[in-house]
Amino acid sequence: MSRKPYVREISHTTWYLARRRDLLHMAQEVTSLFIGIYTIMLLWGVKALSEGPGAYQVFLDALGSPLVIAFNWITFVIMLYHSISWFSVTPKAMPVQIGEEFLPGGIIAAGHYIAWVVVSAVIYYLAGGFNG
Amino acid sequence: MTQRTVELSILRYRPEEDDKPWFQTYQVPCDEDWVVLDAINYVKDHLDGSLSYRWSCHMAVCGSCSMMINGDPALSCKTFIRDLPEGPVRIEPLANFPIERDLVVVMDDFMEKLQRVKPYLIRSTEKPLEEGQHLQSPAELKKFKQYTLCINCACCYSACPQYALIPEFIGPAALTLAHRYNQDSRDQGRDEREDVVASNEGIWDCSFAGACSDVCPKHVDPASAVQQMKIASTVDWFMRRLGLGGGKS
Amino acid sequence: MARSNKPMVWSLFAAGGTVAAFVMPVLMLLTIMAGYGQLTDSLGYEGMKSFASGWMGKLFLLVVIVTCLWHAAHRARTALHGLGLRADKAVAVIGYGIASLGSLLAVFYLLRI
Repeated sequence: MSRKPYVREISHTTWYLARRRDLLHMAQEVTSLFIGIYTIMLLWGVKALSEGPGAYQVFLDALGSPLVIAFNWITFVIMLYHSISWFSVTPKAMPVQIGEEFLPGGIIAAGHYIAWVVVSAVIYYLAGGFNG
Repeated sequence: MTQRTVELSILRYRPEEDDKPWFQTYQVPCDEDWVVLDAINYVKDHLDGSLSYRWSCHMAVCGSCSMMINGDPALSCKTFIRDLPEGPVRIEPLANFPIERDLVVVMDDFMEKLQRVKPYLIRSTEKPLEEGQHLQSPAELKKFKQYTLCINCACCYSACPQYALIPEFIGPAALTLAHRYNQDSRDQGRDEREDVVASNEGIWDCSFAGACSDVCPKHVDPASAVQQMKIASTVDWFMRRLGLGGGKS
Repeated sequence: MARSNKPMVWSLFAAGGTVAAFVMPVLMLLTIMAGYGQLTDSLGYEGMKSFASGWMGKLFLLVVIVTCLWHAAHRARTALHGLGLRADKAVAVIGYGIASLGSLLAVFYLLRI
């Protein structure tokens, strides 16, 4: 008897739309584009800083334009998603065995979330954010 | 016992007659404690003897009855009908594998990849018999025990977006099996396995979508195994560049 | 099979993902506040200049910029492949090229502050 296996083709451009799990994964991958754009913005700020007060003021003015502010708010939300999803899978990459038992992943993730809040608060404090 | 009639929508493919797969629906009177496999067995026994599918143990041990149930790969013997949403149940052969007939898929690629990672204990030095067995502490056993629970059902390959896009990818179960032996205190074969594991088609084709771990019916967590190997292989890579060992390049 | 050289970029990707997860949300918040003209003492020219003049500030900015650029370049490569772009070589060259150039520029600018 001859065989005739059937291969189901998948769309290379829309496969992730079929399942929520795949869509969320693709969303995580796409956060990288926003991280990249913001980092380039940061680099531009450093460049302006190195060029003196005039150049830096141009940079600050650009940050104040409605378009940039809108982009930054969107990016802020996307960054939160990146942080939450990144720390939630950290226990998978770095499981911790103490004696015989493995530490529950939730504890490792919780440790990262707490550290995240502390780091954020320290940076915010150093930037004078709590001064009123 | 309460009964309800459930509509099964099953993807059929008969290579002698069909050019492409098509859905056939069956009305099945299901008992409350039935799993999807019971309903499929009912079809085979009472409605349509021509339906082909694989199954054996009916208790989530043999790994042969995996299939797509409402779009997600699962063991049909472990999926209770009462846990599925109302309405028709869509049943298809495992995604990402060619269909041999009806719900039977071609698993040759999967089997070949399992072999490639050398999933057995490798010793560089054999201990003489008179020195006794290789002792292992409970902590050493615990390091890899979870990864021994894989039943080769291939649900993880079916859920893996990278395997869907890159057929050469060694894939979750085979890589996890490599990790199972790498983590075994009796094994000395990690460097040999790294030739496959640390190649581009090995761990580096994984994008850490984590779908493999989500669908694994035995909670093996392949995504974790692969990430751990990425870290270990990265340490190797830098050690080699620094001339501090880390295996051959 | 040959062992991959991906550990080189993957290590930067992983480091950048972790750095970004820890500091990007708060940096975004501060950037937005700067846009609204707040925190002029710390985020204005004098404040940022004194921050970036110290080696701690330089190191912080350098680590954030370099690791996050490489994180973005490497993950965008997978993302674009997932979205259906099959020109992987070109994406890699362009992405890693931008990351390399950006890393060098970061060093250059920071040393001039």
